[in-house]
Amino acid sequence: MIEVKNIKKSFDGKVVIEDVSAVMKAGQCNLIIGASGSGKTVLQKCIVGLFEPDHGEVLYSGQNFTEMKGEQKTEIRKEIGMLFQGSALFDSLNVEENIMFPLSMFTKDSHKKKLDRVNEVLARVNLTGVNKKYPAELSGGMKKRVALARAIVLNPKYLFCDEPNSGLDPQTSLVIDKLIKEITLEFNMTTVVNTHDMNSVMEIGDYILYMYKGKKEWEGSKKEIIFSKNQLLNEFIFASEFLQDAKDMRMLEETGKIPNHRNMDMLLDKETPPIEDPSGTE
Amino acid sequence: MTIFNDIGRYLLMIKGMFTKPENHKMYWKEFIHQCTEIGFGSLGIVAIISVFIGAVSTIQTAYQLVSPLIPPSTIAQIVRDTVILEFAPTLVCIVLAGVAGSRIASELGNMRVSEQIDALEIMGVNTKTYLILPKIAAALLMIPLLVVIAMALGIWGGRLAGTMSGIISGNIYDKGLLEFFVPYNVIFALTKAYVFSFIISSIPAFYGYYVKGGALEIGRASTKAVVVSCILILFADYILSALLL
Repeated sequence: MIEVKNIKKSFDGKVVIEDVSAVMKAGQCNLIIGASGSGKTVLQKCIVGLFEPDHGEVLYSGQNFTEMKGEQKTEIRKEIGMLFQGSALFDSLNVEENIMFPLSMFTKDSHKKKLDRVNEVLARVNLTGVNKKYPAELSGGMKKRVALARAIVLNPKYLFCDEPNSGLDPQTSLVIDKLIKEITLEFNMTTVVNTHDMNSVMEIGDYILYMYKGKKEWEGSKKEIIFSKNQLLNEFIFASEFLQDAKDMRMLEETGKIPNHRNMDMLLDKETPPIEDPSGTE
Repeated sequence: MTIFNDIGRYLLMIKGMFTKPENHKMYWKEFIHQCTEIGFGSLGIVAIISVFIGAVSTIQTAYQLVSPLIPPSTIAQIVRDTVILEFAPTLVCIVLAGVAGSRIASELGNMRVSEQIDALEIMGVNTKTYLILPKIAAALLMIPLLVVIAMALGIWGGRLAGTMSGIISGNIYDKGLLEFFVPYNVIFALTKAYVFSFIISSIPAFYGYYVKGGALEIGRASTKAVVVSCILILFADYILSALLL
């Protein structure tokens, strides 16, 4: 479990995170959502210790991470795996060497044992036969899976994912989301995911923290998010009319009515209007 | 104020390098990799430059020594001392600041921008120790070796140019090389090489490690690293010459 208490962070006098608190439980996907620039990445970097918060505490299983120094901090970090937005694979190393890196750095296992573990995690992320390929030879989705394999190779207790779906097509995004969810449950990890992808929220979100302009605006489960009355949250998650329609449909199914002024008949019989040819030709 | 801020951060970076390695074998592997990159990676350009520097020195010295009272073997003495004292350590190190320095800055800059350094930090690796220390240690080992090779090739290049153009015969050149030789000059040249090696590796590492932004900033950091390294090499050259000669 990770506890975040009253975190505040500013850069050059500009407050980016203000008084954010949250409890992220083990065995569930904890999502930090928000628009670009809302402070979710800074919050995540404060939690993992890449940024030092100006104020507040981060507790990993009750241990105050912000007050730790050197060796103690390194010990906690060995229990953390992170999937970066751009995958952050080492360019000069191939897939096998990338995944083996944490094992070589922190274990004294034999090469065979390390190789077995590499193949095991590669199989876990459904990626085989790419051991000798370099990151430049992989697609975006494959890079993410290799990065995920590297993140879990040391069996971490905490998994952090920064925008795991950025730059991926919806189908590959779904594969990555499902992998994150499965791995979280399988290894009872505390997973923290930064995203602004509503598909991910509905797919894997157990606990959701909505950030708005550096502050915690809302928190709850994915079921609660649909029925939330928070205007800022609604503006964010239902920015698309199609998503609004999806919400209305669900409300209709569950409650038999739509609590707004939208035209129900139009929603149910909605047809796509014909696209006019701007050139005027057939 | 920026310059004092940069000096402070540079000193903190140097201090931060000296921590206990997480795994000696991995650090050794990285050190060997850097020795290969810095040493063998720069050998070709160093060889070409050294031979031509020696050759040009011989021709230009002969051109200026017009008095019949000066023996031709003096050409070899001048070429030897110029190459050992100045050309091999200083010029070669300025070239290496461009070759190895820009590589170090752009490599670390790219790692910073693509979050590879953050990935190492998250794993619990001390990135200053793992990424910067092996580069500086490799430079301290390989650059003085390259300077020694440059000395030999420069002197040989002078001989080659002298004999090919008929300025001086091989025997007289060889005889001149042995006349009035001061071994201290080699020690002085190596002292300079060690100081320049530290500059060539640590300054680009600093600019690369702390880069912020994207590809454009990596390019800027790389250029700045080379420019600052060259200026510091020339400044250190002057200080060392004033103190040690």
